[in-house]
Amino acid sequence: MAPPRHRGRGFSRRIQYGLFFGYVTAGIGVVAGLALVLIARFDPLAFQGIRGLALDMTAPIATATRPIVRGGGSLASDIGDYFNAASENRALRSQLADAQRGLIQARVLAFENARLKRTLKLVGDQSQPIVAARIVGSDLSGTRRFATLAAGRADGVETGEPVRAADGLVGRIAEVGAHASRIVLLTDGGSAVPLRSVRTGEAALGEGRGEGTIEIHSTVVGGPGFRRGDLLVTSGVGGVYPPDLPVGVVTSASGEIATAIPLAQPAKLDFALVLPQAPAPPPIAPPAGRKR
Amino acid sequence: MSIIESDLLGRPSPLRLQALPVATTLLGSCVNLLPFISTAPVLPPFGLLMALAWRLLRPELWAAWIALPLGLADDLITGTAPGSAMTLWTIAFLGIDLIDARPMWRDHWLDWWIASGAILFCALGQWAFGSFVAGGGALWPMVIPTILAILCFPPIARLCAALDRWRLAK
Repeated sequence: MAPPRHRGRGFSRRIQYGLFFGYVTAGIGVVAGLALVLIARFDPLAFQGIRGLALDMTAPIATATRPIVRGGGSLASDIGDYFNAASENRALRSQLADAQRGLIQARVLAFENARLKRTLKLVGDQSQPIVAARIVGSDLSGTRRFATLAAGRADGVETGEPVRAADGLVGRIAEVGAHASRIVLLTDGGSAVPLRSVRTGEAALGEGRGEGTIEIHSTVVGGPGFRRGDLLVTSGVGGVYPPDLPVGVVTSASGEIATAIPLAQPAKLDFALVLPQAPAPPPIAPPAGRKR
Repeated sequence: MSIIESDLLGRPSPLRLQALPVATTLLGSCVNLLPFISTAPVLPPFGLLMALAWRLLRPELWAAWIALPLGLADDLITGTAPGSAMTLWTIAFLGIDLIDARPMWRDHWLDWWIASGAILFCALGQWAFGSFVAGGGALWPMVIPTILAILCFPPIARLCAALDRWRLAK
């Protein structure tokens, strides 16, 4: 095939000027784009307004198509369930009996816990969730891991607030529109959560890796380390995330670094609760005698 | 619907001629909003694929700066840092312009190679900008969507050709 007819082929002065103008615009645009990226790096909230507006305009697409996708996705597993019904039923019955025994134990412990807290006059932060809303979609390509929540500034959602589902922590609000907001998932590369291992109480930091897992770094030197199956909860250190929210389970461990999967699998999420930000401790005063 | 239909002389309406490529590219960006919620990237960037397919099919259709608004719209729709797709798409389109300036035989295979290069460049750039803006993130999760995107290009190019036939039909 011959070379394509290109917009550059012509001898008209007017067309030549138009082309030149197009390339100049493209060059200026590239520089402007780089400037936008730089601004986004150093002032993450700079484009809050326009990004919120775009979020509000695109959220209805996901909201409208979600029932169709969910129906199609669950059909295959429904057929499989039909054939495994009997064996699954037996397994579930024994699990239920176990769970019921555990539940009674937990109720006793919860009562005892409340009694002990009262004795110590310990005031817990009984923060009420701000809003419960549906998770309507997520960004399927690209390197960032976002999900879209069908609640925005009109419902009282603000940037930075933690989001949880029934199973555990989901992430934190990154951008807010009027009626929709964007959640940074725990697995996003930009997410870091202070954690605590339930088995040992070891403090750790959970950082997302952008591919479905969380990397756990122990913050204790020479601590007991992690084991496969360890449950991780938020420690509440540094504010933002309230303490004792379940976060994930360790899937593999090597020394002080471990890999965990989040308990709240965003693919199965329906509803999420937006929680108020836990108050951060006051900043430490700068050392005395140092020039500023 | 007379604005998108042909007029009495049988010419397609200017709106259909100009708006269809832009509209389908925006629709491509919106495909990634479909409500599968994933913890790892799974879908190729359909907006970029549509834009590349139109660009390679009709080099004379768009001015050199068209990737700026299209990329910015893609940034806003998919929630990446504003300016990242805008910059990367424009650089990729300028690169294709450079290739177009060389008089050589072109066929579908060469177009696929050019598109693959552009997809690879944009994927690497998105990853670099993503880690610059937000930090962290491994590169290897991008491998599967990038391979998928390269494999998806021929069907998307066929789709664009079919749309183009409708666009220019009397």
